[in-house]
Amino acid sequence: MAILNGKLKERARKEFAGLGEEVKLVVFTQELECQYCQQNRMLAEQLASLSEKISVKVYNFITDKEKAGEYKVDKIPAIVVMGEEDYGIRFYGLPGGYEFTSLVEAIKMVSSRDSGLASESRELVKKLTSLVHIQVFVTLTCPYCPAAVKLAHQLAMESDLIHADMVESAEFPHLVNKYSVFAVPKVVINEDIQFEGALPEPAFLRQVMKVGQKQN
Amino acid sequence: MEAKIEDIGVILPEAEELTRPAVDEAKVYELVIIGGGPAGLTAAVYSARKRIDTLLVTKDIGGQVLLTSDVENYMGYYYITGKELIEKFKHQVRQYPIAIKENAEVIRIGKEDKTFTVETSGGGSYRTKAVIIASGKRSRPLNVKGEKELVGRGVTYCSVCDAPLFTGLDVTVIGGGNSGLTAVVDLVKIANKIYLIESLSSLKADPLLVERADRSGKVEKFLGYEVMEILGETRVSGIKIKSTQTGEIQTLAVQGVFIEIGLIPNSGFAKGVVELNGWGEIVVDCACRTNVPGIFAAGDVTTVPEKQIVVAAGEGAKAALSAYGYLLGES
Repeated sequence: MAILNGKLKERARKEFAGLGEEVKLVVFTQELECQYCQQNRMLAEQLASLSEKISVKVYNFITDKEKAGEYKVDKIPAIVVMGEEDYGIRFYGLPGGYEFTSLVEAIKMVSSRDSGLASESRELVKKLTSLVHIQVFVTLTCPYCPAAVKLAHQLAMESDLIHADMVESAEFPHLVNKYSVFAVPKVVINEDIQFEGALPEPAFLRQVMKVGQKQN
Repeated sequence: MEAKIEDIGVILPEAEELTRPAVDEAKVYELVIIGGGPAGLTAAVYSARKRIDTLLVTKDIGGQVLLTSDVENYMGYYYITGKELIEKFKHQVRQYPIAIKENAEVIRIGKEDKTFTVETSGGGSYRTKAVIIASGKRSRPLNVKGEKELVGRGVTYCSVCDAPLFTGLDVTVIGGGNSGLTAVVDLVKIANKIYLIESLSSLKADPLLVERADRSGKVEKFLGYEVMEILGETRVSGIKIKSTQTGEIQTLAVQGVFIEIGLIPNSGFAKGVVELNGWGEIVVDCACRTNVPGIFAAGDVTTVPEKQIVVAAGEGAKAALSAYGYLLGES
């Protein structure tokens, strides 16, 4: 089964032509009782087939429990986008629809080893003192969501203290319920801050700094 | 949900064809275009072809088309999705050296002699000899009790974005026009029960959409009802409606309220600068001129009748050519 059609493959190949450093996609899957796991794994494998700079490692969420713990992956389907090191960039749920763009962007960013953030933002995140976990809830039909996902992943790339997840709302109803997600994009930072909408970089960062400068 | 695979990647960005000129706050542009919908993007292409030094300032690229699922009346495509059409627009804009300031909302236009200053909420300030306002429209709020407080808590204006979050829940759609019925049809696959509320005694939507909604058996209509209040503390729990005929009041238990009652122009920043009509639309003549020489306007934000993608695009072209004529006369 082909996940990407010929036209899309061609365009993705073009996007990946300029990749610099190597990118590893670590996929966590389980073929039973996980509606989109198989498609998620196949998507990662097909993307990897389009560029020799991209490789894939597949783990089973149940039998490779240790690995899931190591990568701090707590739900599936999951994709970790990493280089030699793990920057804390995660996709939970199949990144289809508008979110496919987010996955391509994350691969390109990791390959460039540069977050692309503004210099003021880079200075600011250096002042973080504690761990920050950003969850961006999306739907695949939301045109404003990829901007929020990209920014969260850029922040994760820039700072060792930041981890950022895309979370596909339809696949994780318990989280949607827990965080009362009724509009997307919805951003949840640690358990402290929640907001809806794609904020511009400086405003988003202000929210991150609010939770990331607390005393541990 | 089966459409998921087909959905993958339809909006993969095209590689940049041209290096975009950097946005420069120090210089005086010949033209600043406000808005990145069909009118603004078409104006950008036309102005670039006239070698006008142009800056496009916009909140997003695509405007309302981003929220349009299917387009079946834009010439050249008998069917195209909104996002695909925008990708094609973008691709065309990228063929030209147009500076673009994205994620920026214009809050003020100032005028000094023959130079205008366009200011954004992010603190940006851009000087220019001419301006095209193509800032479009946005969703009209109901202006009822509970609405503002419950936005993002069950009240939504973007049904295409948020519908998937209401799986198995009871919801209401306010508005019996095409956008209301499109929301209903989207929700039929997702929600448990849909109450459709319309203040008129009949639906204005295309009969085709109404039939699709009816066929689902999930939709209950309240025609001739107006919304009095949206209920809920931390999230929507219900809606209070009143019959315009009998005055009878009913409360419906719902977790989601989708508001689709039309649009209002994004013209707040232009108030007091150019003439607006009673609905806040910018008054233009047939050459897209406002009452202020050097300021032009195009698309849904203007008084031009019929808010259509193809009309907005045509108006954008006209505005750019009018601005070109103005700039020639000025220099």
